[in-house]
Amino acid sequence: MAWVVFGVLSFFCLGSVAAMIVSRNQAHNALFLVLAFACLGGLFGLLDAPFAAAVQVIVYAGAIMVLFLFAIMMIDLKGGLPPERRRYVLVLAGLLGTVLLAELLLVARRAFIGAAGTVPAEGSGPAGIGHLLFTRYLYPFEITSLLLVAALVAAMTLADKPDRKGVP
Amino acid sequence: MIPAGAFLALAAALFALGVLAFFVKRDLLTQFMAVEVMLNAANLAFLALAKASLKADAQAVVIFVLTVAAAEAVVGMSIILLAFRRRKTIRTDDLSGLKG
Repeated sequence: MAWVVFGVLSFFCLGSVAAMIVSRNQAHNALFLVLAFACLGGLFGLLDAPFAAAVQVIVYAGAIMVLFLFAIMMIDLKGGLPPERRRYVLVLAGLLGTVLLAELLLVARRAFIGAAGTVPAEGSGPAGIGHLLFTRYLYPFEITSLLLVAALVAAMTLADKPDRKGVP
Repeated sequence: MIPAGAFLALAAALFALGVLAFFVKRDLLTQFMAVEVMLNAANLAFLALAKASLKADAQAVVIFVLTVAAAEAVVGMSIILLAFRRRKTIRTDDLSGLKG
């Protein structure tokens, strides 16, 4: 049963990323990506990580992709993307992707730890993760909050309309 | 039970597809989406190893990756908007001002 779920989810995940490569419509690309992220959320759930699964669907498939769609709506490309595309780039990128996949698979085989545990890791629920975040990973947590404030300020500064007077 | 290797192989395939998309696509927004795919592949590998090692630490790392990805998406998006406002294009072939 788990294998069936895994197969279906991974098929749709890889398939939608591949469709993103083929498709030339940016809005379609964003929606394919939403599908891929939703499938990844299911895979996270399969890995006994319910909190990561929920966050994946809410933050990634929800918030970040809505941001992408906003940007796509704001950038109106006249007449869509031009069809001109160089063939050798495609060949080189395919070669690079294949080599990278082979390397990663080799590494994954070497780093293979054995069958996954049948019991979920201790403290893998939201409470356990929260405990980890506020004890062992307290400093990274605080630094992340600084990063978020910096990103907020940077986004407001960068996306500001240039014709406003009096504001630097 | 599904072994961790299957998830790692899926993560590797996803990462390779993300790299492929990054190099094949020619507009900034879709290339940015490809970066998000790569980040997600890394998250999947983290979670697979979290399950295999019976520790929840990697799940905390996944939360950090998500947060940084959100911040990166916001800043990157505003940079793309700025570039579009100045140059009226987001094709990376046309944005060649840094080419020597």
